[in-house]
Amino acid sequence: MSDLLSPLEAEALILSLRVALWCVVISLPIGIGTAWLLARKRFPGHLLLSAVVYAPLVVPPVVVGYLLLVLLGRRGVVGAWLYEAFGITVVFTWQGAAIASAIMGFPLMVRAIRLSLDAVDRRLEDAARTLGAGRWRVWLSITLPLTAPGILAGAVLAFARSLGEFGATITFVSNIPGETRTLPLALYSVLQQPGGDAPAMRLAILSLLLAIVAIAASELLARRMRKQLGV
Amino acid sequence: MLSVDIAARLGDFELEARFDAPATGVTALFGRSGAGKTSLTNILAGLERPVRGRIALGDRVLFDAAKRVNVPPDKRQIGYIFQEGRLFPHKTVRANLTYGMGRLAVDKRAARFDQVVDLLGIAPLLERRPKTLSGGEKQRVAIGRALLSGPDLLLMDEPLTALDAARRAEILPYVEHLRDVERLPIIWVSHDVDEIIRLADHLVLIDRGRVTANGPLIEIINGPDFRTATGRREDGTVIETTVAAKDAANALTHLRFAGGELRVPGVNVTLGQRLRVHIMAKDVAIALDPPRGISVLNCLAGRVVGISDPDGANVDVEIDVGVRLRARITRYSARSLSLQEGLPVHALIKAMALDRTGRDMALSL
Repeated sequence: MSDLLSPLEAEALILSLRVALWCVVISLPIGIGTAWLLARKRFPGHLLLSAVVYAPLVVPPVVVGYLLLVLLGRRGVVGAWLYEAFGITVVFTWQGAAIASAIMGFPLMVRAIRLSLDAVDRRLEDAARTLGAGRWRVWLSITLPLTAPGILAGAVLAFARSLGEFGATITFVSNIPGETRTLPLALYSVLQQPGGDAPAMRLAILSLLLAIVAIAASELLARRMRKQLGV
Repeated sequence: MLSVDIAARLGDFELEARFDAPATGVTALFGRSGAGKTSLTNILAGLERPVRGRIALGDRVLFDAAKRVNVPPDKRQIGYIFQEGRLFPHKTVRANLTYGMGRLAVDKRAARFDQVVDLLGIAPLLERRPKTLSGGEKQRVAIGRALLSGPDLLLMDEPLTALDAARRAEILPYVEHLRDVERLPIIWVSHDVDEIIRLADHLVLIDRGRVTANGPLIEIINGPDFRTATGRREDGTVIETTVAAKDAANALTHLRFAGGELRVPGVNVTLGQRLRVHIMAKDVAIALDPPRGISVLNCLAGRVVGISDPDGANVDVEIDVGVRLRARITRYSARSLSLQEGLPVHALIKAMALDRTGRDMALSL
């Protein structure tokens, strides 16, 4: 890899992958829960919740980054408490970058999972109940497997969105080499320097390849899944 | 015994039902589509919740609004076979069948599984996916799946409606087996008269969310509420008969019933077998004297016990031939024969009218 990529490129690539992976890991359980709430439950505040969840789609990423800073910054509402109680801070760390991209990718993930939850035939769940399965067993053995393609799609979308995240990340965790400088941020950085055209092109191609591989892999997986599900 | 006394509101639809169903045999829930049959079945299964009332199966209370009892569907031990089968698409036939087996004792599962698979003839299907099954196969697997969940009661919501005639004929014997050999009480939801004549012993009529009649099948099906429920075209009389003799030379079967004997074209039956015969009112003719030189085989002497008000050109005449038989003749004929109550007459039933097995004839018990 060191022959193919410059140290700067390798660093940005690995960081991007790590951030994207963690972005999916933290947002997936919450995403499934939120999608389920939105798809299956009627409660006061339903509309508000869906507005909040989908807001990052339309709000400028810089605004999201700024709000995260206000909330999670060392003097932020939650951030100050986190720092005092546990000595944890996420500002200017790759974990912070994962949080920022998780929030940006969240609407895409929730939307994909929700659509697939809506498509699950509720009558199959009823049938399972009459066969003696409690709510949890029905969820795990019927609803979740039938939603799996949507969950996969949601995870891939969030992953891909994270690879491309720029605005919220640079606002919230800045652009620190080796810590928060993911591929898009690295690309931005080299463009700021004289003679940065060639390295920028290499980084752009790298980003492109990464995205294509992720989408192709998910497509293959989805095909296998659909076959498994017999739908 | 299943005793039901509930009121429910489902959207704009209001349902009020009060009836008892016996602890054995098939109870038919009969009504037009939209009458509330499926809503009622869902309530029995615990999938919908009534606003008030009580449901008890034997000594188990499943729902009691006053005492705030509402046993969830997974604890009711009521098997449910749906019109569309509802097999789990992501599971093999085997996994579908074993899904509900948790309620059976561990050491009995394997034997019961083999027994049910054998009974329904689904061994070759076990590793297949529901998508690849025919409609009849799906319904057999659905029956097996419900059976393997060890139910105390089986709900069958028009399980044959989605099937063609051949597939229906394929499923019916299995249902009879459940009734006669497994001795499972069954609630059979249907709007098909022949199905219920063939299968049911008890009948609950529903119309627009109300139970309009409830009792032994023969009693209800020959009564006025059933005629209201089916409309005039299906009008007739259902009588219970026993196969008394087989006349091989003429390929005829003699059926004995309370009013004497009927001869019908050779049906594939055994001596002593009980058979329900559905005689359409339009297939019965009336003669004042016993006719001679006529091809009609069945001539039953009786007495006119009722004449309906004319409906267009027709009137319905009830004749007591040991059972009350309904005949539909023209108003003109009724007048020219001077039919009136008490008049001795002969009811003529063409044997061929009884020949359409599965349509006018139901094999039962």
